[in-house]
Amino acid sequence: MVAAVDSETVLWGQTLIYTLYALAIAAVIGWFAHRITRPARAPAVRPALFWSFVGLLVVSGVSLHIVTYNTIPWAPMDINRARITPDKSFEISVADHEFALPSDRLEIDCGDKVLFDVESRDLTYGFGLFRPDNSMVFQMQVIPGHRNDLLWEFEEDGVYSIRSTEYSGPEGIDMVVPDAVRVTGCSTQD
Amino acid sequence: MMTWKQTLVEGNERAFDPRSLTPMQKLTLRFVIVGLVYYGLAAIEGMIMRIYQIEPFSLVGTRQYFGILTAHPLVGIFGSTYMLVIGAFLFVVPYLMKKPLWSFGLANWTWGLIALGTFVFWFDGFLTHYAPLYTLYWPLPADFTQFRPLGGAIFITGIAMVMAGTALFVVNVFKTITYTPEGWERQPGRGLLASALGFTGIANLFRRRKREHLVPLPVAAIARGTVDMALNTGTILFTGVLILVYMVAEMFGTSLKHSAVDALLYKNWFWWGLDLIADGLVLIFVAGTWYLLASMITGKPVFMQNVARAALLVELVVSWTVWSHHLLSDQAQPEALKIVSGEMVTAFELVTQGLAFFITLATLWMARPLKMTNPLKFLLGGLLGFALAVPAGILQADVGLNRILHNTQWVVGPHVHVAILVGLTMTLYSAVYMLLPILTNGAKLWSQRLANFHFWGHLLGGVGMGAFMGMAGLQGMLRRTIYYNGEFLPFMILAGVSGALLLLAFGAFLLNIVMTVGLKGAIGIFTRSRLDRKELVPAPA
Repeated sequence: MVAAVDSETVLWGQTLIYTLYALAIAAVIGWFAHRITRPARAPAVRPALFWSFVGLLVVSGVSLHIVTYNTIPWAPMDINRARITPDKSFEISVADHEFALPSDRLEIDCGDKVLFDVESRDLTYGFGLFRPDNSMVFQMQVIPGHRNDLLWEFEEDGVYSIRSTEYSGPEGIDMVVPDAVRVTGCSTQD
Repeated sequence: MMTWKQTLVEGNERAFDPRSLTPMQKLTLRFVIVGLVYYGLAAIEGMIMRIYQIEPFSLVGTRQYFGILTAHPLVGIFGSTYMLVIGAFLFVVPYLMKKPLWSFGLANWTWGLIALGTFVFWFDGFLTHYAPLYTLYWPLPADFTQFRPLGGAIFITGIAMVMAGTALFVVNVFKTITYTPEGWERQPGRGLLASALGFTGIANLFRRRKREHLVPLPVAAIARGTVDMALNTGTILFTGVLILVYMVAEMFGTSLKHSAVDALLYKNWFWWGLDLIADGLVLIFVAGTWYLLASMITGKPVFMQNVARAALLVELVVSWTVWSHHLLSDQAQPEALKIVSGEMVTAFELVTQGLAFFITLATLWMARPLKMTNPLKFLLGGLLGFALAVPAGILQADVGLNRILHNTQWVVGPHVHVAILVGLTMTLYSAVYMLLPILTNGAKLWSQRLANFHFWGHLLGGVGMGAFMGMAGLQGMLRRTIYYNGEFLPFMILAGVSGALLLLAFGAFLLNIVMTVGLKGAIGIFTRSRLDRKELVPAPA
């Protein structure tokens, strides 16, 4: 069975691509530093090379977003969430640096599209789900006076903690609710 | 042969004599000295936080930690980078325009206000632990259950002083470009302004007979970056006044409603202005500095100069429209703004900064063979820094990726710190090494070995720290929080070692500079010059 594309898969891909790029660009600069100290017959740079480079930059910049939109499952779902009916909704409020959850543990069935609707009654906070190894599943900002809703589809079993991902003053650093979300019914474990 | 002690007191080979300096040289060196002192302060603060991320220690409490976290970027940007950049530009603009600075007095005020303002907000943060972070997300800066209003008011006043000094710099730059010095033939003020802002360059792309550029390319870059500086100064000042109103009211016993200010509107407004630093003036000033350094190192004009000028104007417009990439995780932010401003226009920074990168490399390439001098090697380090940091930023400015990267150590490591420490700071070091003989009338660098250690220590330390922070971020480590149970310990130890290397490299640089000019020379920079204020460098005897 093919594993679901989750944040770990996406971040693994990003790590690989960015590391290869970083090594390549460091090598290019190293090679360049070596070569410019050497004599050359007619050291010219053709404008065609320059414009090709510009073209490469434009294609890279635009294609990144096209690729991610078509490969990261939550990207189109996030943008279109107003038109998607969730299987389950949780209304959560935050005030005085504390999360108020609708129940002690938020239970989710495998494959459910779940809407997290978080309201702040005072400061700007963050709302994120984290695995037991502290890696992030997702996060959003929680702004007072506005709707902060995030739609997410769970395709693996797991138990997650809720944590504020935004600084809300020194009193906000303990805003963690351990094991607050549980997903069951899937054939694979996150 | 001089002893170590003699060199420390009198400088390397007694080549530096502060009495030979013009007032402009002294003023520029004062900017550099204060900028380096604040860089050292920011670096020490950074190291304290690096150690705290390895193991929180009781000497620094939680509130003090966040006070440091608030002051650190502000001291780094305003106290150090603004000081170095503004000081250099107040010298370079008249130097390249071949006319005196419009107002020496105003430049002195800029120096004093930024130096003092930085001290005021830093010291206030140290004493009162006012810690809303530089982001000032509403209503945190006016949350008086966590912060005292008096402490906050003094902090904001310090920032306002910095902004006032910056505003005076903006006036001085544009007046210097456009004014007619006494006794000169009348200067074409409008033409100079059009050339500085880039309209001439844009029109030249479509003209058969190209018009002559009235201002050199680096001055055009400085002028365009200064436009962003003016807009950003206005935004920060306005925001500061808004916060001050809440603080003053609280001190007089009236608690104003936080809901009177819309948190999302405020966040858009503030990021629009704040981003004019990160995605505006920094990128434009850096591009201009690269062009200046490349042409000074090679002694040749910059490759494809018209395109470079046009790109600088495009960068200016782009910088006004990219702020929404900071709000990709704000679900109330309109989706159209996220996609157009946050993703698409932001991706254009890859193009504009990539152009500057290519043009600089091409300029160097066409002048082969070059000697690997200190300015050249630091310039290449700066180019590498931005080549690493800009794509890292473009990755996080994506709706899909931002969902799992926002507020992680990835943002502040491979993007922010690599951009600032490796890209920006190495570019500034290149300028310092390049301008040192010009500003000191021929002081001789004490140790090339120390300069080499400075280069490698800074490069490896900066890239290493950014990389290990980034790795922790990809594993879920957040910025702006404290982990008490060693959750990301291996990454934080390696980032701490890299940070220590950065600090050692700075120590080597500082020692080298002190030994070059000597303690007497350093003190002499702060004494009054008897030479003419209108002379940039001493007239040949």
